[in-house]
Parts: sequence; structure tokens; C-alpha cells
Amino acid sequence: MTKHTLVALVEDKPGVLNRVASLIRRRGFNIESIAVGHSELPGLSRMTIVVDGATTAVEQVRKQLEKVIEVVKVADITEGRIIARELALIKVHATSATRSEIIQIVDIFRANIIDVSPDSLIVEVTGDEEKIDSLYSLLKKFGIKELTRTGRIALQRR
Amino acid sequence: MKLSGAQILCESLIKEGVEVIFGFPGGAVLPLYDVLPQYPQLRHILVRHEQGAAHAADGYARATGRVGVCLATSGPGACNLVTGIANAHLDSSPVVAITGQVARPFIGKDAFQEIDITGITVPITKHNYLVLRADEIATMVKEAFHIARSGRPGPVLLDIPRDVFIEEATFHYPEKVDLRGYKPTVHGHVAQIKRAAKLINESKRPVILAGRGVIISGAYDELRELAEKAQIPVITTLLGISCFPEDHMLSLGMLGMHGMACANLAVDATDLVIAIGMRFDDRATGKVSGFAPHAQVIHIDVDPAEIGKNVRVTLPIVGEVKPVLKALNKQVDVQTHVEWIGQVEEWRREHPLHSIHEAKNILPQYVVSKICEVTKGDAIIVTGVGQNQMWAALHFCYRKPNSLISSGGLGTMGFELPAAIGAKVGRPEETVWAIAGDGGFQMTIQELGTAVQDNIAVKVAILNNGYLGMVRQWQALFYERRYVATPLSGPDFVRVAEAYGLPGMRVTENSQVVPAIKKAMKHQGPFLIDFVVEPEENVYPMVAPGCTLAEILEDPRKKVEIKVKPRETSNL
Repeated sequence: MTKHTLVALVEDKPGVLNRVASLIRRRGFNIESIAVGHSELPGLSRMTIVVDGATTAVEQVRKQLEKVIEVVKVADITEGRIIARELALIKVHATSATRSEIIQIVDIFRANIIDVSPDSLIVEVTGDEEKIDSLYSLLKKFGIKELTRTGRIALQRR
Repeated sequence: MKLSGAQILCESLIKEGVEVIFGFPGGAVLPLYDVLPQYPQLRHILVRHEQGAAHAADGYARATGRVGVCLATSGPGACNLVTGIANAHLDSSPVVAITGQVARPFIGKDAFQEIDITGITVPITKHNYLVLRADEIATMVKEAFHIARSGRPGPVLLDIPRDVFIEEATFHYPEKVDLRGYKPTVHGHVAQIKRAAKLINESKRPVILAGRGVIISGAYDELRELAEKAQIPVITTLLGISCFPEDHMLSLGMLGMHGMACANLAVDATDLVIAIGMRFDDRATGKVSGFAPHAQVIHIDVDPAEIGKNVRVTLPIVGEVKPVLKALNKQVDVQTHVEWIGQVEEWRREHPLHSIHEAKNILPQYVVSKICEVTKGDAIIVTGVGQNQMWAALHFCYRKPNSLISSGGLGTMGFELPAAIGAKVGRPEETVWAIAGDGGFQMTIQELGTAVQDNIAVKVAILNNGYLGMVRQWQALFYERRYVATPLSGPDFVRVAEAYGLPGMRVTENSQVVPAIKKAMKHQGPFLIDFVVEPEENVYPMVAPGCTLAEILEDPRKKVEIKVKPRETSNL
């Protein structure tokens, strides 16, 4: 079992996300993350889907996805040279005593503080999953109030 | 000139060559029904339950190769189509289902008879549409028919809100479709075909496994040419039956759980499987790890997702069967395979099927073989699911292309009567026999009313054993004869037929079988025969679940008397 990154070019129509998600579920896969947004082509969106599974089984899902009428193309880019990023927003508990330490950690990760309130900070961090995981674990001791992650988006380098 | 959405739909259906719609009206589709009389070229056949409409459209589609159309109202009407749509989906049958939906302002409000039918049918359609404007109807109908019939065929659903039927728009039917994400492959890859020819030319013990893809593609001649040129035995799947004449010397019949022993033994021994338009269903392969253990596999299919799904494939060719075989045949050498054909012949002799033992009651397989005899094989057989289906598959000698219609993938009991109605409507010149079990028949028995109202001359043969026979057989073989919930009482089918207004007969003696079949054939309209058969007859041969095809269970009883002519082997 390995994590696979599928990138799909899909028509920007209602119900497409449902078709894709339901097909993956029906073939017995758990979707680790799914991210959708407009692509460079008008009327087409690009989806990045991360699933856990054996390579042959993922290939079967990829072929089934290709059959969805509104799916134009699907590639499993796990093996290729890819750039993958994820964005996370972390609301962390902060007092006057801890604030500067948090800022130091955030700086090291080249993350940003985007909101400050009397008892918390919101941190914005971009990177691969590992980077976000390690920032999260360092901030944990201050008390995480909320966390949200976009899931992976990825492009092939060439 | 502006037309209403309902009129645009009818105009579009006519453009697609639709001649018949199987439907059932209701509130949401009333505006559509209201304009139907303006289009007399669209024949509407009123079914008794929407499941019947979907099966009839499916049967029509399989019998004619054209797209079958069914129509239902919103909510329960749409839900009742679901089994029929799923059935068409699993057997790659081109069906367009049209459902009414509540008016647009009510969508999402749990309105009366509202159901999310596009949501429900996502996994069981090739594609579906919720039509939200009258000016979208023409394009969506065009796309729906294109998708349903091209590539690997399948059902497409159009869900149309009540007020869209009423809304007016200009009618303009598009010339062609442009679907960026849908471009089915027609021709096989040239280099792959060359490699396939090489494998075939080098093979010592090849077999062809032919499926419904051959029938869909109309590749009967191409398949025959390949088989005869290189002398390759042809084995079919259940849905592949009648893609190759069963009285041909090279025909070994069906493989699989209830396949012919000689076919299963040949698959077990072959060094090259040439799979054509089939999908290695588990009922066909037996235990998949032990399937064709000595063989390389060539897989020709129009659906790339079928390649390597169940069985490891040595050489895939994605494309439509007919053009692929045309190209392949040119590169295949003339061969004799004397030794291999001799071996296969020996298995055929040692494991005959058409021997019927003596029994107190009529044997169901005897009934099927007599229908074959009386019709001279010149009929379309539509089966239910279970024992009746297997007997119909095994004991009728299919010589005529596309002459068996059966629910293979979904295995839907009750398919037989409505699908036979659809087949008869599509091919009125043909004799159509529905072969039913007494269990499944009761699931769609109400469609007798449809056959009577429109005088659709289907002939119904009920193999009445008083059991849900296939389940009982499994209980007999694997659950120590604990017959839980399988003994089944039925109505007096003859009186039911008469109540619906068609003639019926009960047959309890062997001597009455042939006269009854002849009487049914002579009668102009629909006719029902209730054959009271041996209650605990099992279907043989059988490969038990979890076993390989070589582990065949043959009829353990002594075969006393051969009542049916042996298969002709003179051809070629």
C-alpha cells in the first residue's frame, strides 16, 4: 500500500465531484484528500486526489475514472517528478508569554502569521505534508484551537 | 418557431430514430404525455410497473441493437426503474431512461414524489443528466443517445423537471456531439494486433472465449473466420451465446459455473486464451487464481478498464471487436491443430451434455430441448435467472445470431417477460419465447397485461418446480438440504393468464410437451404454458464456488435414455 497522487482534468459542471468521489468510494478506496479548482483551460477544473492503495488497484480506479464522461484525463503521477504542496491554517493559543516563541518557530518554517487576537494567532503554512505535520507538532504544546488543511495539490515538473 | 420542452423532447427522439417508448405516466411527466398524440410515429407501450419498462427497453435494445427508451414519472416511478437500469448497465445494453422530476422551484425541498434520481443512478448509468432548461433538451438527448450506443454501450438517464417540459424554446437539433472526455477507441493498436497474430500463430492449444462484445459489434463473420482459419475451438460466455453457431464443429458451448464440461476442460488445458468482448466475470472464470493456468491471454475489449481487472493479461487490444478481428484475421496463419482439436473432441464425447435421465415428472431440460426442436432453433429465447436460465443456456442449440437474451451481470429474476415483450416489439417477425421459473415469473407477472393490451405475441414457458430452484440447489449441495425459504407456492398460472386475457395451458406429461409448444406457436397472440416439472432437478454440470473450472461436478445419476438428438458435427 502506497499513497498515490492522481491528477484529473475534469469538466467544470455540477455533480462531477460527486461522480468522482462516489466512484472511488465504490471501488473500496479511502480518499486521503481531494482538492479542486479551475485549471488553465476554460471550462476545465483540475483535481488532485490522494488515495492509499496497491498500484494495480489504483490503476483500475484510474481507468474507471477515465470512463466518467466529464473526466477528460487522469494521470497517476506518484512515480513522476512532481511538485506537491499543501496549505494549512492553524489557530494556536497564544498569550503574551508564549507569543514570541511561537513567532520564532513560525519564522523558521517560513510560515506567516496572518491574524492576531488577544489569546490566539492564526498561522498560514505552505509546503509538503511533512513540513506541515512538523510545524503542527511543534505548535501543539501551546494549544491548537483549530486546524484546517487544503489537501495536496500537485503538478508534474515536465 | 418555439416549441415546448415536451415537444422538443419528442422531436429529438424522432431525430434519433426512436419508434417505441415503454412507459408509465404520472404527475411530473403529464405535460409530456399530453403532447405524445401529436407524434404518432412514437409508439407508447404502457407497462404495468416501471421495472417492466426498463427491462422491455433493455430487451428491445438487445434484440435490435438500437437504443431502447423507457419513461417514468418522478419519485417512485424513477425508483422503480433502478433495477432495470442497473441490469442494462451490467450487461452493456444501450438504454435511454427518461424520468420526470418535480418542477425546478421544488427541487431540493423533499416535494411530493421528489427523489434525487441522478444521484441514485450515478453508479449504475454510463452517464446521466438533470436537464434544467428547455433549450438544453436537444443537445442532451443527442449526447445521451451517442453515449448509450457508442463504445461500450450502456444506460443513460435524463431527468427532466415538470416545468421544463412546459417551458418554450427554439428547437434546433445539433449535428454532432462534442464531448471532450468521451472518445471511445474503435481500431486496435496496429503493433498489438501484430503481436497477437504472432501469439496465435505460435500457439499449440488455443481457445477463443467470446462474449457479448461480439454480438454488440456484429462481428459474427469475423469471429467465424478467425476460428475456421486457425482451427480454434470457440467457447462463449453466457451473454456470448449465439455469437457463434452452436452446431459448428468448433463450438464448445458455454464455460463457467454451469458451463459445458468440455469447454471448462479446454480452458484448463489451453496455452492461449483469446478473449473477445468479454470481461472475465467470476461466474465464467471459476476460482480466478486457477483460471487457465497454462495460458497466455490476449484480451480484446472496447473498454480499457476491463483489461487486467480480473485476470492477468499478456496482450491487451483496446478497440471494437469487429475492426480488431478484421485486422487480426489478415495476419493469422491457416492452421489445423489436429492434435488439439482431437483432444477437444474426445472431451466432448466423454462429457456429453444432451443426455437426459429418466424421471417421474417432466424434466425442465427436456422442455427446453423440445422448444428448440419445434422452433428449429429459429427463435429468440429470453430467460429469467436461476435454473431456468442455465437450462435455457445449455439445452437450446443456438444457431442464429443474437438469439439469447438473458440477465447476466445483475442476475435479475423477473427479467424474462418484460424483456421478451421488448424483444418482440423490436423484432415482431421473430418467434420470441420467454423461459421462466415459477419464482422469478411472479416478480413481473403483471406484464402479462402489457402483452395482452398491445397484443405482443410472446410465448411464455414456465418451468414450474415449486421451488426457488437455484437457491434450493445450493441448499441441497452446500447446506445439507435445509430448504429454508425456497419452497414456493404459486398461483394457478393458467387461470392467471386467462384472467389477464391470454390463453394458457398446464402440461404435466412428457407426451403433452411438444403438442403444447406447437399450440402456443400456432396461436396468434401471447400464450402461456405452465410446465409442471421435476421439483428437485439440479443443473449440471456445476463448478462449485471457490473451485477451478477443472473441478467439474457432473450429473451423478445414471443416464438411461438419450431423448434428444446429439449435436450435429458435420459442419465443416
